[in-house]
Amino acid sequence: MLEIKNLHVKLEEEDKQILKGVDLSVEAGSVHAIMGPNGSGKSTLSYVLSGRDGYEVTDGSATLDGEDLLDLEPEERAAAGLFLAFQYPVEIPGVGNMTFLRTAVNAQRKARGQEEISAADFLKTVRERAKSLKINADMLKRPVNVGFSGGEKKRNEILQMAMLEPKMCILDETDSGLDVDAMKLVSEGVNALRDEGRGFLVITHYQRLLDHIKPDVVHIMANGRIIKSGGPELALEVEQNGYADILAEAV
Amino acid sequence: MALADRKPDATEDRLAAMTLPEGGCIMPAREAALARLRDMGLPNRRDEYWKYTRPDTLVQADALPAALFDAGEAPMFSQFDRLKIVFVDGVFDPEASDDLMMEGVRIDRIADICCKDIHWAKDLYGVLETRGQTPVARPLAALNTAFAQDGVAIHITGKPSKPISLIYFHRSETSDAILHHVIRVEPGAEATILENGPAAARFNKCMEIDIADGGTLHHVRAQGRDHERRAVTHMFARLGTESVFKSFTLTVNGVLTRNEAVIELTGDDAVAHVAGACVGDGEFHHDDTVFITHDAVNCESRQVFKKVLRNGATGVFQGKILVKAGAQKTDGYQISQSLLLDDDSQFLAKPELEIYADDVACSHGSTSGAIDEDALFYLRSRGVPEGEATDLLTLAFLAEAVDEIEDKALAEDIVERLESWLARRR
Ligand SMILES: Nc1ncnc2c1ncn2[C@@H]1O[C@H](COP(=O)(O)OP(=O)(O)O)[C@@H](O)[C@H]1O
Ligand SMILES: [Mg+2]
Repeated sequence: MLEIKNLHVKLEEEDKQILKGVDLSVEAGSVHAIMGPNGSGKSTLSYVLSGRDGYEVTDGSATLDGEDLLDLEPEERAAAGLFLAFQYPVEIPGVGNMTFLRTAVNAQRKARGQEEISAADFLKTVRERAKSLKINADMLKRPVNVGFSGGEKKRNEILQMAMLEPKMCILDETDSGLDVDAMKLVSEGVNALRDEGRGFLVITHYQRLLDHIKPDVVHIMANGRIIKSGGPELALEVEQNGYADILAEAV
Repeated sequence: MALADRKPDATEDRLAAMTLPEGGCIMPAREAALARLRDMGLPNRRDEYWKYTRPDTLVQADALPAALFDAGEAPMFSQFDRLKIVFVDGVFDPEASDDLMMEGVRIDRIADICCKDIHWAKDLYGVLETRGQTPVARPLAALNTAFAQDGVAIHITGKPSKPISLIYFHRSETSDAILHHVIRVEPGAEATILENGPAAARFNKCMEIDIADGGTLHHVRAQGRDHERRAVTHMFARLGTESVFKSFTLTVNGVLTRNEAVIELTGDDAVAHVAGACVGDGEFHHDDTVFITHDAVNCESRQVFKKVLRNGATGVFQGKILVKAGAQKTDGYQISQSLLLDDDSQFLAKPELEIYADDVACSHGSTSGAIDEDALFYLRSRGVPEGEATDLLTLAFLAEAVDEIEDKALAEDIVERLESWLARRR
């Protein structure tokens, strides 16, 4: 589903290479995890895939179901089925959460040549999905992420994901800043979306999240490259010994 | 010859072709205004108060023509039940207007007052304008008082069941309209005044508003979207004890707009809010000049002005809060912000506070900024196309000003219009 080949990325403004040849392939129905020390390029990878400005791809490719992602505008990538749950969700004063969700859902439907969702159907679906994430009516009414706690922001990301029903979901440190209960809620939200046709790329620092969202494959990223891949046991190894051994091994 | 020396000449050039209308009981006010005007002279670009806005085209003898604009939609406020008072190129149109009768209000044409010897409006016409000439001269308002061709005197004695809607059509490409309205709100009375339309190629409008103790007036205005129209408007308001005045103006298009609001809080516990949302594209110059005087205890004033500018549009804000000695417990708030959608556009702001009382809370802030790129990317990453995402953020930016409208149905109408206008320009 998501195919990343030899991806090299530098900052547009500076001569700083951040991704130095990333190879990764996420099949439909599977969950891949990426772990790695701070600054290894995990967020950069997720931003480049979703089309944020400020990066220059100097080599390599990224496709979603065969379609070249790097050629598309961010909104086209979203319509093609890519979703990024942000490490730091943005606050948007003046734009109501509900308006935002409905605009996004309808924009994607329009891009795919589908009818707009009816107001009634939309409301029903939002309420249902918000409820399972313990997002109350007040949070839905408030401006996007404004005044939300760290945990509320992350749950709001999952609500967006649930409403948009993307094919390929990238979660960038969705567990950071979550307490145990919130982590469970978020994981349940993610697990509810697990489906044969859907792929997940879960970026995390901690094994903890992976207890709830069981990965099929775990990758270790360091210094702009995937240096090791393996099964869920790799996450346990990191949890116990840190990255030192793996990094030493890779050199 | 220095520009300052030319002032009397320029003033006489303008006056040469003008004659004072028949005045009846307001004739003395017109004559006094003319004398005041000769004394002050019409503004030129050397005037400090006109530093950011060139007054030439508002001052010169002939109005520049302005093409008519077919908006291709129902005029603002059409769907609301209201009492319509229609002016076409600055002339009252009785055919298009409703019967000017409604419980709780009495409405007379200024032209009709002119044949009367006594009328309540005589005590208001030109009076607040005169008060508003100090400490800053507003010659175009004096010009208006002297030469206004038409207008209405609205006496609000109760709580009329629907808004009074002043509608200004622009039908002649060369029209040069001067309208003057006076509004008196009696103690405890309450009404809503709506204004919309471009009015003329050049429009000089003055409104004097006297709100007695415990009176309330809501004012919502949408200036016409004709691209080439020019307008200078003055709103002089005097507020009594526990009275409330809330005014909102929407401006989209128009090559030149100068809106002055001069508000005096003269009774304790009075509340005055003035807000404006403007969206300018290309050849567009929009100036909000506000002067609020606190002259009583425990009054509240708010100024909320938001401007979205692109393609070389210019926004100006000159806003002052003057707190006189003894106006303790004043709560004054002023914010002016611009959203610059490109580097060609500019926002010039001069926020001022002048305070002679010690127990006051006044704050002011002025900012100018581009669209928030992180927010834009966030929206796009959810599938919202760039243009639509920019519009959403633009509306969000304007929201604080639009929220000042108390009637939610009116506010919603304005938001919906803005949405469709923005979408059309994408
Ligand atoms: N816009 C940027 N400007 C400067 N440095 C950046 C920028 N984006 C990323 N970097 C740098 O790139 C490296 C990788 O960052 P990031 O992708 O955020 O890592 P991770 O998410 O794995 O912690 C870091 O050294 C970071 O400082
Ligand atoms: Mg990161």
